Amino acid sequence: MKKEFLARILVILFILIAVAIPFAGQWLFSRNRINTIELHARMPENGGWSIERIDAVVDEPIHLRMTSDDVVHGIAIGKSDLPGVDIYPGEFVETTFVFDQPGQYTFYCTRWCGPNHWRMRGTIDVSGEGRPLQPEPQPLFVTLDIDIDSPPIVETVPTEQVSAERGANFASLLPTYAIDRTTYLSTSPAVLWMRLRAESALFSLSDQDIWDAVAWIWQRQTTPENLENGQRLYAENCAACHGETGKGDGVMVRNNPVWDPGNHNMDKSSGSFTGEGFVRPRDSSDPKNLLGTSPALLEGKIIRGGMGTGMPYWGPIFTSQQIENLVSYLFNFAWGFTPNENLD
Amino acid sequence: MVRLDLTRYPWALSILRNRWPQFLLRAVTLAGFVFTILTGLFGSVVGSHNFAIIFVWIAWWTALKLFFIPFGGRSWCSICPIPMPGEWLQNGGILMPRGKGFGLNKRWPKALRGSWLQAGGFLLIGLFGALTLTSASVTAFVLLFIIVLAFVLSLVFERRSFCNYLCPIGGFTGLYAQAGPVEVRVKDAEVCASHAEKTCYTACPWGQFPLALKSSANCGLCMECLRVCPSDNIAVNLRPWGSDLGPKTKHRLDEAFLGLIMLASVLVDSAVFLGPWGQIKSAAYAIGSTPWFIFAGVFLFAALVILPGLYAGAVKLSMLMGSSRTTLRKSLAKYSQVLVPLGLMAWIAFTISFAFAKFSYVLPVISDPLGWGWNLIGYSNSAWVGQSTSISLLLQVVMLAVGLAWSSRVALRVSGTHRQALPLVTFSGIFSFSMLWLLIG
Ligand code: SF4
Ligand code: SF4
Repeated sequence: MKKEFLARILVILFILIAVAIPFAGQWLFSRNRINTIELHARMPENGGWSIERIDAVVDEPIHLRMTSDDVVHGIAIGKSDLPGVDIYPGEFVETTFVFDQPGQYTFYCTRWCGPNHWRMRGTIDVSGEGRPLQPEPQPLFVTLDIDIDSPPIVETVPTEQVSAERGANFASLLPTYAIDRTTYLSTSPAVLWMRLRAESALFSLSDQDIWDAVAWIWQRQTTPENLENGQRLYAENCAACHGETGKGDGVMVRNNPVWDPGNHNMDKSSGSFTGEGFVRPRDSSDPKNLLGTSPALLEGKIIRGGMGTGMPYWGPIFTSQQIENLVSYLFNFAWGFTPNENLD
Repeated sequence: MVRLDLTRYPWALSILRNRWPQFLLRAVTLAGFVFTILTGLFGSVVGSHNFAIIFVWIAWWTALKLFFIPFGGRSWCSICPIPMPGEWLQNGGILMPRGKGFGLNKRWPKALRGSWLQAGGFLLIGLFGALTLTSASVTAFVLLFIIVLAFVLSLVFERRSFCNYLCPIGGFTGLYAQAGPVEVRVKDAEVCASHAEKTCYTACPWGQFPLALKSSANCGLCMECLRVCPSDNIAVNLRPWGSDLGPKTKHRLDEAFLGLIMLASVLVDSAVFLGPWGQIKSAAYAIGSTPWFIFAGVFLFAALVILPGLYAGAVKLSMLMGSSRTTLRKSLAKYSQVLVPLGLMAWIAFTISFAFAKFSYVLPVISDPLGWGWNLIGYSNSAWVGQSTSISLLLQVVMLAVGLAWSSRVALRVSGTHRQALPLVTFSGIFSFSMLWLLIG
């Protein structure tokens, strides 16, 4: 009977050990990490970020211990230079963020984890002393009252390949408003072309010459470095839907129906959470689509996102300069300029 | 035939007879079982970082097919934790022989005897396998369900009814234990004849009578008979592989059914997990979707129509070529033995194909069982995805060849003439080449 008693004790002991390992381990482990926030990344369909709001204080580091519960994700902080981190399923990575300015920051997923990838966002509220983050000025599309939800489609487009270099030859002929930055921002290439076409001083120029001039005007508003930055941002953030060449055929939307102007203001309910019911983005490489669009309108779209479409809002993530670079880069699609292939 | 009786060695006899060595192993497996359920429920949802997935579906499932069965027949059942709690209650203690505990002790219904339910359970595992194999929590729930079911049944029915008639693993191990190299038999039949009490039968949790044992399929190697025999008349023999297979043993139709289900399962598993068809794999995962229903339909059709049809055709042909008059039913049962080595070797080949590549996950999950980022033994980040090396490929081919040769030999032994064996050899050949194509092709 004594042996039987011993056997029972042993069974209970072994089972207790089995139960204790996870619970005691968890306790011991978390004791050394009181200041660490455990953040699980999951596709939005699986719940998104496990924590969507983090409070922090200026100059006090926050330690994040992160893992993914499904596919590869990444984390980065919008409008900041803090380096992003990749998060692999089942593995833990740790990182530390320190903020030197109070304000509200957005953290977001940097890997194309699925059609709802862009919904993986959370905020970090940083309180404390210091110069607060500059609030962004009102975007131009608001001050100019541009309806960014129904971008016009133009009929007159260049018939030949445009060339900004050729356009530079006509620079001296152009009226001053044409090379003014405000005109550039608020006017679409097609509208500017029509205004210039109506200028009597330019009667001697052919239609194509004027397109070349407009392309030159667009080009002089940016620099090769900014274009390169725009291209990189586009490849990282936009190409998955809009496609490498702006055709609107990115991997994430290939199964969606093609955009068609007739259904642009679709039934709002169709933009369901799963991304079903969305159509593909417009074909930006078709000049009819983009040449009617002003930089301010594009900027507005990027800042605010699409209404009833899958287009995310990038306002909290990109700086104004980054958005400007993106806009400049986008017009290359309409001009038919090939992107810089040397970029990795 | 040659046998080596382990009980002739006093040390071996005392290890087998003493309840402690076996008890300690059981206590460890039981605790491990509880731990597995906990890790499955609370650990990482990423399968390759969860102890439950890696231990159940890689370590244990591999060990069962590459170690326990080929070297010990039903040896796993002698330390299996699943029936333990119920059995201890039935016996009124952990170190007690059968008999004086709780339980209604009802007999298992006649209609549900045989391996039919086990085969059905195995089919279910196949149909839902892809999900269970990747989801730690589903794995945990399956384990929990099985142990609770076994416990409840042990309170109602006598002995190990769950093991005998329901457990799919038991169906698997029992079937292939016939080819295994271990058996429990009586030493001297005369001694048994003159022993009126038949204490070994009373003590056997599996309801076996050692004197009558011709096949090891339903003996759980629990050693209870050895412990109670007053005349030391129980032998634990090492024997040549496949000793149970031949013309002398009796077989039932359900064994053929079980054998065929196992063949279908290994084919489908190979197609799903190793074959080049992504769609099959995703269909198998998308439980409830249309592709999954198609997958399930094809699986069931293969398991319940195509393979049984081919097998029945082969048996019928073989009957036509012989002169003896037996019923088809009897012949189907008799030839079921051909399916044993054929299936066993196919499962071994299948296991080799993924075990080499996946075994490297085992140390990391011991180091970090819940996938919480622990590093208990310093191996947490050591997983590498192994390659199917040429050695592993070669081994798979050899295993399949052995399976074909072995089952052909059994076909010949069972039928007696080459002419009659031929249709079954052809059946085995078709199966082996399909496996070869799936594994290597
Ligand atoms: S039949 Fe099943 S439950 Fe019973 S001992 Fe064997 S594996 Fe365990
Ligand atoms: S015959 Fe002996 S070893 Fe086999 S199950 Fe019965 S008691 Fe256990």
